[in-house]
Amino acid sequence: MSWDTVIGLEVHVQLATKTKIFSGASTAFGAEPNTQACAIDLAMPGTLPVLNKQAVHYAVMFGLAIDAEIGKESAFERKNYFYPDLPKGYQTTQLEKPIVGRGNVEIQLADGSTKTIRIHHAHLEEDAGKSLHEGDFRHGVSGIDLNRAGTPLIEIVSEPDMSSAEEAVAFAKKLHSIVTSIGICDGEMSQGSMRFDVNVSVKPRGSDILGTRTETKNLNSFKFMEEAIAREVERQIDLIEDGGTVVQETRLYNGETKTARSMRSKEEANDYRYFPCPDLLPVVVSDETIEELRRAMPELPDARQTRFVEQYALSEYDAGVLGADASMASYFETAAAASNNPKLAANWTTGELAARLNNEDLSIAKSPVSAEQLAGLIVRIADNSISGKMAKEVFDGIWSGEGSADEIIEKRGLKQVSDSGALEQMVAEVLTANPAMVDDYINSDEAKRKKKLGGFMGQIMKASKGQANPQQVNQILAKKLNELL
Amino acid sequence: MHNLTIAELVKGLQSKEFSSVELTEHFLARIAEFNPGYNAVITITADQALKAAAAADARLAEGNAPALCGVPLLHKDIFCTEGVRTSCGSRMLDNFIPPYSATVVENFEKAGAVMLGKTNMDEFAMGSSNETSFYGPVKNPWAIDSVPGGSSGGSAAAVAARLAPAATATDTGGSIRQPAALCGITGLKPTYGRVSRWGMIAFASSLDQAGPMARTAEDCALLLGCMASVDDKDSTSIDHPVADYTASLNDSMQGLKIGVPKEYFSEGLNPGTEKAVRQALADLEAQGAQLIDISLPNSGLSVPAYYVIAPAEASANLSRFDGVRYGYRCEDPKDLQDLYTRTRAEGFGEEVQRRILIGTYCLSAGYYDAYYGKAQQVRQLIRKDFAEAFKQVDVILGPTCPSPAFKFGAKGDDPVAMYLEDIYTIATNLAGLPGMSVPCGMVEGKPVGLQIIGNYFDEALMLNVAHQYQQVTDWHRQAPEGIA
Repeated sequence: MSWDTVIGLEVHVQLATKTKIFSGASTAFGAEPNTQACAIDLAMPGTLPVLNKQAVHYAVMFGLAIDAEIGKESAFERKNYFYPDLPKGYQTTQLEKPIVGRGNVEIQLADGSTKTIRIHHAHLEEDAGKSLHEGDFRHGVSGIDLNRAGTPLIEIVSEPDMSSAEEAVAFAKKLHSIVTSIGICDGEMSQGSMRFDVNVSVKPRGSDILGTRTETKNLNSFKFMEEAIAREVERQIDLIEDGGTVVQETRLYNGETKTARSMRSKEEANDYRYFPCPDLLPVVVSDETIEELRRAMPELPDARQTRFVEQYALSEYDAGVLGADASMASYFETAAAASNNPKLAANWTTGELAARLNNEDLSIAKSPVSAEQLAGLIVRIADNSISGKMAKEVFDGIWSGEGSADEIIEKRGLKQVSDSGALEQMVAEVLTANPAMVDDYINSDEAKRKKKLGGFMGQIMKASKGQANPQQVNQILAKKLNELL
Repeated sequence: MHNLTIAELVKGLQSKEFSSVELTEHFLARIAEFNPGYNAVITITADQALKAAAAADARLAEGNAPALCGVPLLHKDIFCTEGVRTSCGSRMLDNFIPPYSATVVENFEKAGAVMLGKTNMDEFAMGSSNETSFYGPVKNPWAIDSVPGGSSGGSAAAVAARLAPAATATDTGGSIRQPAALCGITGLKPTYGRVSRWGMIAFASSLDQAGPMARTAEDCALLLGCMASVDDKDSTSIDHPVADYTASLNDSMQGLKIGVPKEYFSEGLNPGTEKAVRQALADLEAQGAQLIDISLPNSGLSVPAYYVIAPAEASANLSRFDGVRYGYRCEDPKDLQDLYTRTRAEGFGEEVQRRILIGTYCLSAGYYDAYYGKAQQVRQLIRKDFAEAFKQVDVILGPTCPSPAFKFGAKGDDPVAMYLEDIYTIATNLAGLPGMSVPCGMVEGKPVGLQIIGNYFDEALMLNVAHQYQQVTDWHRQAPEGIA
């Protein structure tokens, strides 16, 4: 039997506000445990929440980016459950009246076609703290770090519109691209800035009846998400084909061991006893505010990709890669402008730079090579000061902090020799030193001669320590050898 | 000195008749002598008070002293006080020393007032008799076998016994007005949002409101002027200018339209209480006010609606007391579940546990609409009742509570009988309206309270009515035996 897969996503996006959603404590990542939790975050008695306006604006911006209805009056509710990293014993979130209503996100599929994923809604809420269990903490003791408690989130809930792990990943990447492009999230997946819960079910191909779904929680990389979905689909199909039934449950996926386990079944699920939070007034967003935010909205990835094709004559592919990531796009544009060479800027940004960053697990914001430095290198490639091969060496030099392209070329003496007198001299010397090769060339037929040119080329490059301008050498060599024929 | 009103104390301090240190020493001495009999004060901050008094004297000497400079007072132990234990009457917070102060406490500090200590209260403000406090019941200075009312029973008893000229209090369903009535003092619950809730430990957030307790309306006017503020730290605090509540105290009662709701004079009202309240109405009529019979048809629904909404909010508000970060923690928990269960079973008293259970039940899947949803609808109806009434009248008057102070244990086994203590006060909390209680008579040697309900932000008018009433009566000047 063949099967259809049905996938819906709930995506938690940490908003890039300086302070928490209901307190003035900092949201910066990586501080000593519990140093960024104030009395409100600790849920000390008598403390009260005050809503961070920036968080509301960021949520509205997301709504505008996906062309959604904006909840002009949204409301916070309390979601009640006990857990040590949830200091108040309830999470302040939105349920009945979310700030962002229905919207759409378009994704590109592998075959180049597009598909629309419907967004059910997105709501504002606060993050919980972190429990550090044995292994992460001290033997036999669990610790609680409340630095993250109260960090503003939007939870984006999709309709179950995806039918494969690939589509789900494309959707997740598109959301990442949108939220980083409009600047509401730093997109640092490894720091938990975006986390995915995937709802997966399978049904006989073509059937209208949805199967029982499971939810796999808290996936924090595209890779883990793809794996987790693939495994869950396989598990469900195997289960059904073996005569079993899928149980509605919440599951956890371990990216290290590549295994998933059940966390709790539907019967064990909490009754969250939602009710309106009496400490917060309804959130009213005026039409003026919405219009102001719309006007100030940064460029969206789709628009940017189109512009890159038109403005810089990039290929659809390059424009897609560069346009999807706001910081990469901005890096590229800086390099393109400074070098006046968009084509090379695009090649180097998506090629050598992206590969190095990827290898060393760095974001482009932390790139050791600045866009201006890359532009300096591109200028020297374009004006033939250095060869492509040397350019890589110079790039390495910039990467390790040796200075600008010009400084490195100068210091290491990498400047290409393009002086034709000097080159002719060099070619003549090589020909004189290798009479056997010259004879061989002369006696070969036309087709083989071209290949044999390479041998001389190697000798000349060796003699020039790689600095000879290869195009020029080629011309001179061909001319001199042909004179001997 | 302890029989002087705050207005008189301010004058005495400013004319250097006595110093704040003398005054503070006097009240500290009274607390030391009389409090053991009443159990009204559970924390005495003598050293801190004397230091603050000395500082106040210095400012008075400089001649630029703020409104209440040097006036001693007590704070209900529901208000967080930086560096001073804030227990909320519960074992759960017996060891809790807040690192911050409530806005109310700060406002009084700015006004130069001197904190003498913290007053006893029903645990987490849940109770009408002060019998639920972890620190034991407060005794009514008028009859020590009787309750002082609750939950602000400690504040009310302390003011009645002249242990302080004033005290702060809070009112979620009548917790300022009912104990004020039972202890024969004047107490005011302002409009919801008038006084900041920051640092005031929450019982039911949409109903809780802080207010002053003193012996006279004039004193309450002075106190409210300092207490009220718009506070960035409380999103529900309302941006409405703070009036000079003393400015209109002497306005005439001529032509004032007083609404008398028939529902507040029905079955269950003690005949003696009714007589005293009717007499008070007649006194105001004699001053030129006009009595108008009105109806608040949904009054009967206020107690059941309240006992869904308040416990529902409380069930969430009290979840933070889990033994993890501060407060009481059970010994040797064997796992997380055990930590939660035993901490909360041992740390909370019976009434608090009852209300958490009621609230949790009301919010549970399948019951929410029938209880919480319905109660919110009732709340709208009650608001509408008042809105209709205030189209016809300026203030609404009636009894504060059905009968005078009852004896300890009299309602202990019957929570519903206890809940009915607040039958006349709860509706104003549900509507967010201001209400106050003024002494208006005696029944069997125990005080009776007259309730004055105003429209939103009409505190000045209510204080005016109360003050005018106190110009022609002396119930507010009476003191329990052996006190004066």
